[in-house]
Formats: sequence, structure tokens, C-alpha cells
Amino acid sequence: MKCPSRSMPLHQRPLLRIVLASVWFGLLSLPLMMELQAPYFGLGRPLMVSAVVALIGLLRVLALQWREASTGRLERLLGASGSAARHLTEGIDQRLLYALALACAIMIPLGLNRYHIDVLTQVGIYVTLALGLNIVVGLAGLLDLGYIAFYAVGAYTYGLLSTRVGLSFWEVLPLGALLAAIFGILLGIPVLRLRGDYLAIVTLGFGEMIRITLNNWDSFTRGPNGIIGIGRPKILGFTFSDPIHYYYLILAIVLLTIFVVDRLNRSRIGRAWTAMRDDEVAAEAMGIDLMKTKLLAFSLGATWAGFAGVFFASKMTFISPESFTFFESVIILCMVVLGGMGSVPGVILGAAMLVILPEMMRQFALYRMLIFGGAMVVMMVLRPQGLIASPRRAIALRHTDSRRPSVVSPLHTP
Amino acid sequence: MLLQQLVNGLTLGSVYALIALGYTMVYGIIELINFAHGEIYMLGAYMGIVTFGLLTALHLTSPSSGATLFLMIVLAMLFCGACGITIERLAYRPLRNAPRLSPLISALGVSIFLQNFVMLAQGPRDKGFPHLFVHGGIDFPGGRLSAIQIFIMATSVLMMVALQLLVHRTKIGKAMRAAAQDKQMASLVGIDVDRIISVTFMIGSALAGVAGVMVGMYYGLINFFIGYIAGIKAFTAAVLGGIGSIPGAMLGGLLLGLIEALGAGYISSEYKDVFAFAILVLVLIFRPSGLLGADVSKRV
Repeated sequence: MKCPSRSMPLHQRPLLRIVLASVWFGLLSLPLMMELQAPYFGLGRPLMVSAVVALIGLLRVLALQWREASTGRLERLLGASGSAARHLTEGIDQRLLYALALACAIMIPLGLNRYHIDVLTQVGIYVTLALGLNIVVGLAGLLDLGYIAFYAVGAYTYGLLSTRVGLSFWEVLPLGALLAAIFGILLGIPVLRLRGDYLAIVTLGFGEMIRITLNNWDSFTRGPNGIIGIGRPKILGFTFSDPIHYYYLILAIVLLTIFVVDRLNRSRIGRAWTAMRDDEVAAEAMGIDLMKTKLLAFSLGATWAGFAGVFFASKMTFISPESFTFFESVIILCMVVLGGMGSVPGVILGAAMLVILPEMMRQFALYRMLIFGGAMVVMMVLRPQGLIASPRRAIALRHTDSRRPSVVSPLHTP
Repeated sequence: MLLQQLVNGLTLGSVYALIALGYTMVYGIIELINFAHGEIYMLGAYMGIVTFGLLTALHLTSPSSGATLFLMIVLAMLFCGACGITIERLAYRPLRNAPRLSPLISALGVSIFLQNFVMLAQGPRDKGFPHLFVHGGIDFPGGRLSAIQIFIMATSVLMMVALQLLVHRTKIGKAMRAAAQDKQMASLVGIDVDRIISVTFMIGSALAGVAGVMVGMYYGLINFFIGYIAGIKAFTAAVLGGIGSIPGAMLGGLLLGLIEALGAGYISSEYKDVFAFAILVLVLIFRPSGLLGADVSKRV
């Protein structure tokens, strides 16, 4: 394609590109979307793909043009609304905001039916998991693709101890978390020397190994049939049975998680994690014990998966290896990345969105995973820092991606 | 029994090697684990079925002729190559300078997208692959080397030789090697690095496409999910041989196939997939640079 000169009207080259792109994608989708069984070779679906691509291209061009026309205005508008929001929140005591959020979380289920409460409980489980993974990925910068394994460890700890030994929920809750933390260290030791991509793939392998073992070790875990009849939590003769009981239980766990993760983030360990994430060598030179710091990240991250796992087993009263697939790990990772790595409110938002949106999209059941995969790519390309970027993370991003001016708000040091 | 397991292992291993080449070439040049590579292999298998269906429906060739097979493989290569280029362009190129986690996650997204795309377009159930090469083979004491196994091994060797020639004897191969060593330097001497990366993706994906067609023929059934486990195993093979090294990927693939076949035959077939992961972890602990990989020192 010939490169146009600057004086050329803006729309000519983009239009050509749109046509080419839509033809290209139509052709690409042609082989797999053709209906061979029909008496004719149906071209309807590939043509639809072409149309969609063309539409996206047109919208993009329009958006670019609009942005070009209103660069200054838009920036000013964004800046103004950002600072206005900051002023608003700064004016109010932070504690008041938290109290308000907490009151909402307590009041919300009162007006909802069982299904909605169940979904909210699901949100709670995933918030706990995502905040735990956030320690490993967001704070310490270690990509863990087998995080679900620790969730499985927690769930199976309770499942087995409840059905075989008869231990109660409250006895197993710390045990499950402890065991998950031990598994975190077990995973951490061999992978200490690995970085980035290697780490990702080994953790993935670890997660799969745990799942395959659970699936095949019939005598111990009952294999694919799973464990049934897991005991429900009891306090002083009161048994948790209604969805709303579980909602408040997970709410308590979530609050504990938020509190601890937030404290960790602001602690010496949290700063060590951030330093390690940004530059291992520099961190080591500053006297950070990399081995200890990494193992701490793995074990503290896994702990929350252990809690969530025990809770999950007690809520479902049935567990099987099917609940702990690689795909679950990916979803949790997406929650962290979508919300904003390292940012507690971001991760909570990410988890809530990724649980609630698919529930709302039930009627598009078939297409939602397709959309999900596509959205992951688009999200990474357009806004790699997540919905709510963590302040510290924003600094790092701003330095690495110098081509694009950062869209995050000006920073104030924490 | 042992001989038969060795034959099976080598067959499987040569397929792993073909897929592993794609991982290793891409990693060598942009240091990205292309998580979507396994999906490309799956697309290749489906393209094989579609080509076969199309040829039979149009009565162009007799279904079991060599021409059909040839077309299946060539079209799968073209299709997968085109997909590879497109994916690189859409999901990886905009992230070239982003933090390292970003392209990985975008690759996972591509992988999920492709799986579900194929599931929607081709249906979630297993698809029967056309039976080509049902007859023939060489019997030996204690086992049998079937025609299809010979075909798979021969094709893989052919592809690998062709790749070696391409990388070491052609101008574009030289450019690829230069870009793998130092992208900035390569662009200074006039190599269009973006184009080289596209070519690398295309070649790697085309090889995966061949592997897809061959595995489809070998097992007779494919579904939209086969890319995941094959991708992981091929990655293991690439790491085993030393990621970034082309001969390493070939060696790693063959070794992994052998280990898996022997492990499944003598230890337990249920834990077959665990072996691959266990090997991966062991290699990474004791020899992170792999068998043939250069000892890369940590970059500061």
C-alpha cells in the first residue's frame, strides 16, 4: 500500500484499509464457517464477519476523527472530571466512604431473591481469590497461571476432613489456608529462579498436575465423581443453610482479605514486592532477600485461595475436579488484570464485573466466551493498566510505555 | 511391546516437534510465549476436515487419493499461516513495548477466542477425521509400523529439513537470525523487523497446521479443545530442547514423545499428561536453558 502524504484527506487511506481488512477477515473466517452440509456453500456467515469488521473499522475512524477534532477539549474534560472526582473523594473522610460501602454490602441482599444472593456470594468468592492472586501477580509481579490449584487444595482439605474425619468448618478454615500456603511454598521453591514466561508455564503445569491427580487418585479423592455430603458450617447450634447466611460469611472473609491485603501492600513487605516486580536486580542490591520475598508472595497469595476453597466446599457441599480447571485460573487472572493489577478497589471491581456480566449475558450464553476472549485482547491493547490503575503501577507503566501518553491521573505519593 | 512404544513415541514426538518449532521461533525473535499457538494447530486440523469435505462435495478428487491429502496439508498451512500473521498483527504487535504480562494475557485471550470461535462454527462435539492410509504398514516382531506413522514421521522430517534450509541458506533466514540476535541492530542494517516477525509467525503457524492435519488423521477424531494440551506439550518440548533453538525444539519434541509413550506404556496411562509437566518442571529447575539452548545469562 502506498503511503499517503500528509496533505491527503484523512478518510481515504483508512477507507481502503477498512475494505481490505473486512475482505481479509471474511476470507479467514470462510473455511471454518462455511456450511458444507447444505446444498449450497453458504457464504452468509463469513459475509457477516466482513460486515462486522467493516463496521468496527468505520467506528474507529470516526472516533479518531472526532478525537482529532476535539483533542484539547477532550483532554481538558477528562482532566477536569478526574480532578473533580478526586476533590469529591478527598473532601470526604476515607473512613466514611468505607463505612458507606460496608453498609451497602450489608444491606444489599435484604431486597434480593436467592438467585441474586447466590451470584453475590459468587462475587465474594472471586473477590477473595482475585485479591489473593493480586498479591502474587499485581504486587510481586510473578505471573501465576495455576492459582486455582490452591483453591482446590483448600476445597479438598475441607471436603476430605469433613467427610472422613468429621472436623468442623471452623477447624478446617485455618487448616485449609495453612495447607494452601504450604503448597504455595512448595510451588515457589522450584520456580524461584524462573522469570516471567517460564514461571507462567510452570505454574500452569503445577495447576494441571494437581487437577489430574485429584481426578485420578480414586481411592483418596473419589476421582471425577467428587466428594459429596460435605458438612455445612455451624455456630452454637446454628447451621448455615440459606444463601444469605453464606453471603454474610463470605462478606466477613472478604473484609478480612481486603484489610490484610491492604495492610500488606502498605507494609515493608509490600514495598519489597513492588521493588522486586519493577527490577529484581535493583531490589536485591537494595538488600531485599528475593527468595524470602517471593516465597512470602506465593504463600500469602495461596492462603486466600485456601480460605475461598474451604468456603466453596462448605457452600456447595459437593466438590469435584471439574471446578478447578485451568480456565478458572485464567478468569481470576483476568479479574486482576481487568480491574488493575495491584489496586485493591480495581481488583474488586474486576471480580464483580466478571461474575455479574456473564450472569447478565446468559441469553448470549454461546457467545459470551468468544466475547470474553476478544475483550481480553482489546483490553490489553487499549488499557493495559486496568480499569482502576494502582498508583504505584501507574508509574511503572508510564515509564515502560513512552510512546503513548499515560491516561492515568497525576499521582500523589501514598 | 518396547519397540511398538518407541514407534508410537517417535510418531507423537515428531508432531510435538513440529508444533514446538513455532513456539521456539517466535520466542527466539520476540521473547513471547505464544499461548495461542496450540489453537493454530487445532485450526489446522479443522482446515484439514473442511478441505476434505469440500473436495468430496465438489467431486473434485477421489477422497483417498494422494492429491486430496496434499491439498489438505497445503491449504491448512496457508490458512494457519494467514491466521498466525493476523493474530500477531492484532494482538501482539500493538503490545511490543508494553510490560511483559500484557502480550501474555492478550495471547490467552486469543486462545479463548479461537477455541470458542471453532466451537461455535464447527460444533462442540468430536469430529471424525477422514480415514486416509487405513491400509498398509510394516509388521515387525512385537508390533507394527503403520503407513500413517511412516507418513507422519517422513513429513515431519521433510518440514524440519526445509526449515533448516530456509533459516540457514536463504536471505530471509539470515534476516530472521539477525532479528533474533538483536532487533535494533537488525533494523539498523536495513532489515524490516516487523516483516520478519510476521514471516516467523507465518512459518511457525504453517508448521502447526501440518501437525494438526497429521494428528487428526492419526487419532481419527478432533475437537475444538485439542489445541490446549498439545500446545502445552509442545511448549514443554521447546523448553526441553532449549527455547529459541530450532534443533532443540526438534530434539525436545522427539524426546517428549518417547518419554510419554514409555511412561504411558510402563507406568500409567492415566498420568500420561502429568509426565510432560513433571519433565517441564525438572528441566526448568536443573537446566533452565534446555538441552541445546545457549546458556543465556541474566539480562540486566
